[in-house]
Amino acid sequence: MSESRPRLIREDGLRVDGRKPEDLRPIRMEVEVLKNANGSALVEYGGTKVIAAVYGPRETPKAVQLPDRAVLRVRYHMAPFSTSEHKSPAPTRREIELSKVIREALEAVVFTDQFPRASIDVFIEVLQADGGTRTAGLTAASLALADAGIPMRDLVAGVAVGKVDGVIVLDINELEDEYGEADMPLGYAAGIGEIVLLQLNGVLTPEEFKKAVELGKRGAERIYAQMKETLHKKYLAVLES
Amino acid sequence: MKLKLYVADRQIVRPGDTLAVIEEDGNQGFKRIPEKHIYLVDNNIYSDVFGVASVSENDISVIPFNSVYYPRKEDVVIGIIEGIGVTSWEVNIRSPYKAYLNASDAIENFNPLYHDLKSYLDIGEMVLAKIVAFDRTRDPLLTIKGKGLGKIIEGIIIEVKPSRIPRIIGKKGSMFNLLTSKTNCEMTVAQNGFVWAKCPDEYRGEVLTQAIKLIDEKPHVRGLTEEIKQFLEKKLGG
Repeated sequence: MSESRPRLIREDGLRVDGRKPEDLRPIRMEVEVLKNANGSALVEYGGTKVIAAVYGPRETPKAVQLPDRAVLRVRYHMAPFSTSEHKSPAPTRREIELSKVIREALEAVVFTDQFPRASIDVFIEVLQADGGTRTAGLTAASLALADAGIPMRDLVAGVAVGKVDGVIVLDINELEDEYGEADMPLGYAAGIGEIVLLQLNGVLTPEEFKKAVELGKRGAERIYAQMKETLHKKYLAVLES
Repeated sequence: MKLKLYVADRQIVRPGDTLAVIEEDGNQGFKRIPEKHIYLVDNNIYSDVFGVASVSENDISVIPFNSVYYPRKEDVVIGIIEGIGVTSWEVNIRSPYKAYLNASDAIENFNPLYHDLKSYLDIGEMVLAKIVAFDRTRDPLLTIKGKGLGKIIEGIIIEVKPSRIPRIIGKKGSMFNLLTSKTNCEMTVAQNGFVWAKCPDEYRGEVLTQAIKLIDEKPHVRGLTEEIKQFLEKKLGG
């Protein structure tokens, strides 16, 4: 290990940003942030800021149509200004992969069979990256789909679990992702109890893995509750006005 | 079907929320009822959309806050001509599927050699039409044969969200009657989120537009009919 590697767990057992291992970062959510989209949402996990927009179900070119269900098209993209160093706006291999895994996570909950030959387009734009962008993106996409009135089985909450300095921690940030031993993003549909996204970068023992999944589920449940609260509040304001 | 309810009427529900449990023997398995926006797993009933619950005696459904128009047979819609083919028009009815209107439906003894479709209905023009056929495998087919149907040549078109249409009509047509009687406008409500109004003068048309926009913005407010009534009376006088 190199000399420049920062200590990720302080002597008092807290993490670099002062959180306990099982703490989430402050999370903020807002729906219907864009006028032109059918549904949209803005989600912040600490310094990570992601916006998602949903269009459709709408007409789609013959070439991409499916005869029995709607195609779900997802684009995960990081804005050039989202990182400390300028990122080329062209989609990278990483972004193409993340678009795919997020699409598959959403396909597990969206009732695409209701709209044969149509398409549902989801655009996820990372405005500011500080670790956990794919999970924040998944949360935002799920909220935007709900806002657009697209039928689905459940909402999906995303959260990343990591291992830093030998400790399993929840909702890792950029620093912990970069210098940690493992990073495990998780997408969880808490209402139906299904994991719809699971990736693992790094090494975990089977015991650590089980612990990480449990911690991730519990974290996702808290985010899930906040998602429901956000949706509820939006129309409560309308109902009471 | 005996239900044990978890939600009240007009309560806000989100995808995945449990609405009720069927208190009966017999496992339903997985079942989905798209029109009601609910799905069943075993004996639990869940919402599949973000909206308000509508609970009646032995039935439960969810009315979404937001939705695109999904065509149904027999619906009256307002379409915008988008394309002209040799024997039919392509019509945009604000749904995920493009609708078609056959020329033989609009022109008597239609013959593509003699008739130029463009001179009957041009791109950008609007028609009030009825859906005669639609299913999962084919695009909606329209007809303009029928009372009141056809090309729209006068009046104003007000665009609203398709999910607001039931509210603009109201329970047993209460809102519709209120709007037409107070403004003296002739009003046609199309299921795909358009309202066509023919008003005696421009001012009444404007007031009607404002009233409908008000419904579009906050359709789920309690006592909306009363609020709209007051608004119309204020603008137009008792």
